[in-house]
Amino acid sequence: MGYPNHPHQRETPVLSKYFGDAEARTLDGWKKRGGYKALEKALGMSPADIVNVVKESGLRGRGGAGFPTGMKWSFMKPGDGKPHYLCCNADESEPGTFKDRELMRWTPHALVEGCAIGAYAIGAETAYVYIRGEFTEPLYWMEQAVKEAYAAGILGKNAMGSGKRIDVHVHKGAGAYICGEETALMNSLEGRRGNPRIKPPFPAVSGVFGSPTTINNVETLIAAAPILMNGADWYKKMCLSNPKSTGTKLFSVCGNVQRPGTYEVVLGFPFKEFLYDLCGGPNHGRKFKAVIPGGASVPIQTMEEAEATLMDYEGFVAQGSMLGSGGVIVIDDAQSMVSVIARIARFFAHESCAQCTQCREGTAWTTKIMERIRDGQGTMEDMDTLLDIADQMTGKTICVLSDSCAVPVVSGIKKFRGEFEALIQGRRFHPVIAAVA
Amino acid sequence: MTPDLVGGLESPDYASHDRSAHEPYTPVFTGEAKRELDTLLTRYPTKMAALLPALWIVQRERGWVPEEGMLEVATLLDLTPAYVKGVVTFYTMYHQHPVGKYFIQVCTTSPCGICGAEDVVKAFLRHTNTGELGITSPDGRFTVIEVECLGACGFATPVMVNEEFIESVTPEKVPDLLAKLA
Repeated sequence: MGYPNHPHQRETPVLSKYFGDAEARTLDGWKKRGGYKALEKALGMSPADIVNVVKESGLRGRGGAGFPTGMKWSFMKPGDGKPHYLCCNADESEPGTFKDRELMRWTPHALVEGCAIGAYAIGAETAYVYIRGEFTEPLYWMEQAVKEAYAAGILGKNAMGSGKRIDVHVHKGAGAYICGEETALMNSLEGRRGNPRIKPPFPAVSGVFGSPTTINNVETLIAAAPILMNGADWYKKMCLSNPKSTGTKLFSVCGNVQRPGTYEVVLGFPFKEFLYDLCGGPNHGRKFKAVIPGGASVPIQTMEEAEATLMDYEGFVAQGSMLGSGGVIVIDDAQSMVSVIARIARFFAHESCAQCTQCREGTAWTTKIMERIRDGQGTMEDMDTLLDIADQMTGKTICVLSDSCAVPVVSGIKKFRGEFEALIQGRRFHPVIAAVA
Repeated sequence: MTPDLVGGLESPDYASHDRSAHEPYTPVFTGEAKRELDTLLTRYPTKMAALLPALWIVQRERGWVPEEGMLEVATLLDLTPAYVKGVVTFYTMYHQHPVGKYFIQVCTTSPCGICGAEDVVKAFLRHTNTGELGITSPDGRFTVIEVECLGACGFATPVMVNEEFIESVTPEKVPDLLAKLA
């Protein structure tokens, strides 16, 4: 974790090693810690070799989808006569997720380095770091880092004396969850409303400014540097369960838990030990009731499922959820699941870009019905209506925001039906009753 | 306390703001701000891409984004005023109306919600004398709104006061926090 507490002995700090170390934020401090050596090495390699090392390492996208990074980079064909662009997705807005904020505010140069490596690997001269507008502290540190890197000749028309041009620009968002969706991010970057685009064309063919574009998460790009320094085998060996999930992953933990914060563990780590040992277990006198392990848009897990989970891409799926962005929301027995889900639905209703009917209407209807049930005004038919709406919202829209709103509702009704029924039948939610049930 | 969902989206009540009471508009993009915009334009292959940053400059200089500001930006970037307004209204962080000197955003999304964010909101409404979300206090100093996920869930409840990001706010800390703003 590193901030505000020391890392737990069972963590494997690779990316989070310098959290809480203020000196690492400066160029000199970052160089003292071995910074920019990976970029130097990268600029001495061919882009194709870099892509191969990353492919070989098994690194997968850390933003939510888990797409193999090396493969994504290999879609960018050199010599197609068009400018290439790298976009770093730092619009971290998924409820429960705050790992990229920590990465950017403690190790801004790590991201500058990651962007430069990524840009070089995909044949781009320009990388844009799209940071959400609310992240004033990460924005400040990233702007400082970029400025320092330009002054030191690390960025610019002759990056580190390589003769290659690499520009990195920080772009400030203006408050829209949907801009974390890659095509919406590109629209926003172009100065448009942040409406997602229909795919195809995929970004690697026609992305930002109509040019081939790769969009990577902050954590993914930062991970590229240690992979290049230590080799693909070193990274691949960091694996505790499924060989398709390699390396370390940051998990940001929040909600009703003793020690919330950002933890870095090797993929495949047992979730039960993670929750009870690393995160310190439930607050005094409370019991965990449910976990949303990958940000608000993944299915809710019961404790039974969570405790049987191995923390990797496949492990979360095997236990009825998804790894997502690694934003772990822990819910204890003092909370009403109906209230929690109603609030999640309201979030999605607020953040829908309103482009697709199923999403615009569906998220608002879902919110109204969920809040009606929460307030004791619901009927038994409401649950069927919710499931029906959720069905209409899934797989029918341009992007997955609509699906994301349906997911917690469907999993909530399936796994915590008793709480819905109790409220509908006029019994008020009471934490003690829920704890016994 | 939470506004109704109208037509799928929330429509905050800004009725209390008297926009006519404000001074006549003077152009933002002169001198330093113009040079800043010119630098921004070198970073993108299109002029349009500088729209979000340009609007940020307007808001920084004027405290909000008035229609005249949108017109000015539209002219500079070869866009139509209607297009610029379409973009401004999409994003939640551009103020389309004047707000209090201290614009306070309290995160109430689920992870903060289960850690007691509602009580933090109530404390702010009480101690700032605003009483209602989105309304500016009679002395013009405070506007309090609920905001969706600020991305600092492990530090519940995060609060933004203008550009300042404050972590781990509890209802008890609110009076002290407000006193420091004075």
